[in-house]
Parts: sequence; C-alpha cells; structure tokens
Amino acid sequence: MRILVQEAPFDLGAETKEFTAGHMDIGAVVTFTGVVRDSEKAPLQVMEIEHYPGMTESALTEIAQEAQTRWSLGDVLVIHRYGALKPGEMIMMVATAARHRKDAFEAAEFLMDYLKSRAPFWKREVTAAGTDWVAAKEEDEDALSRW
Amino acid sequence: MNVLYFAWVRERIGLPREEVESAAETVSDLVDELVAREDRYAAAFADRSALRVAIDQQLSDFDAPLKGAREVAFFPPMTGG
Repeated sequence: MRILVQEAPFDLGAETKEFTAGHMDIGAVVTFTGVVRDSEKAPLQVMEIEHYPGMTESALTEIAQEAQTRWSLGDVLVIHRYGALKPGEMIMMVATAARHRKDAFEAAEFLMDYLKSRAPFWKREVTAAGTDWVAAKEEDEDALSRW
Repeated sequence: MNVLYFAWVRERIGLPREEVESAAETVSDLVDELVAREDRYAAAFADRSALRVAIDQQLSDFDAPLKGAREVAFFPPMTGG
C-alpha cells in the first residue's frame, strides 16, 4: 500500500507502470484519475486545494486499509495533490490491483466514494468572477451508504 | 488545546490555528465558549450542521467529550477526489 499527499504533479503512466511491476499474482489493475474541470460559473483560472496535514495521510491510510479488508487486493495506491492547480491538471489517482477485476473495480469505487467525503481536502475555485469554496454534494454523502 | 480551522471556517475566523485554554467538556461546549468571545466566531459557527469536527485528527461529532484531547479541528464537509 502506498499513500502520497503532495503538491507536485505525478506521472500517471509511470506510477501505474511501477504499481503493476513485479506482481505475478494479479490479473487486474484498475486506475482512476481525477482531473481539474472548468467551473460552471465562469472560466476557471485556478483550483486551490487545501488539506489537513497529518489527518489527510491517516484518513487515506484508513480508507485504503478498509478496502484491503473488504476485497482481495494485491496492492493499493493513492496519490492526492494539494495547492494551486490549473484546469486539465491531474488532482489525484487511485490504483487497485487484484487477482480478478471485480475486486479491483469495486475497491477503486469504494476508495473514490470515501475519499470524496472522508478525506480532509477542500477545493476552492478561482475565476474572474471571484473565489468560491466548492460545496460538498449530498449525493457524495449518500454514495457511502451503498458500502 | 490546539484548535484548527480549515477552508471557509478559517477565513471567517481569520486564523488557521490557535491555542485555547478551555475546560469545555464537549465539542459543543467549546464552540459555545468560542462563539461568546467575538462575532467572527459566531459567524463561523452560525450553522453547526454545516460543519464537521475532528478530535486528534479523527472525525468526531459535536457531542463528543474533549477529555484528553490535544487537537480539535473545525471545517466544512470535505471535498476530496
């Protein structure tokens, strides 16, 4: 299991390759990547991501450990960035490796659902119209109930 | 104890963290003490249902006891991913 919280960009291809390398017992790798999308209000200049150093790492570790107890996984990788990001930049990725794809897909979805509303990150959109905190969506909280 | 604020809670209160001397028994009691201090706290804590709290970096709730707590953090619902 590898959890990285960083300001710097990451290389999705290199990370996925490294994550997959050396495992002879897995038949499935699922990756999900979150990308900075344009604002619905006005053209997005910057997405600022704030986090809670210390708690962020422990929350992500707990979520990943929970995934490992629920599914049969060879490995889990979570990378999440903070700081000022431009539209189109990658915010985060998760990767799951498993013997079979069902475990890998489900675990990746579980990780994403929990990461959205249980990892201490806050996003703020900066546009020409001003600066707005991104509000949490009720459906994101509801998504947890299916697990 | 150390009290931390994030996102718009931090903006409304005007600082990211502070050392607070308090004998509050629960998180709610601590919030009551802060709100009684100054308007900026009242503005930040106006709607407690819109806030989340962590005690020693673990998500908790407003009824939770503070005994032994070293760090309490207040923030809006998280928007990771």
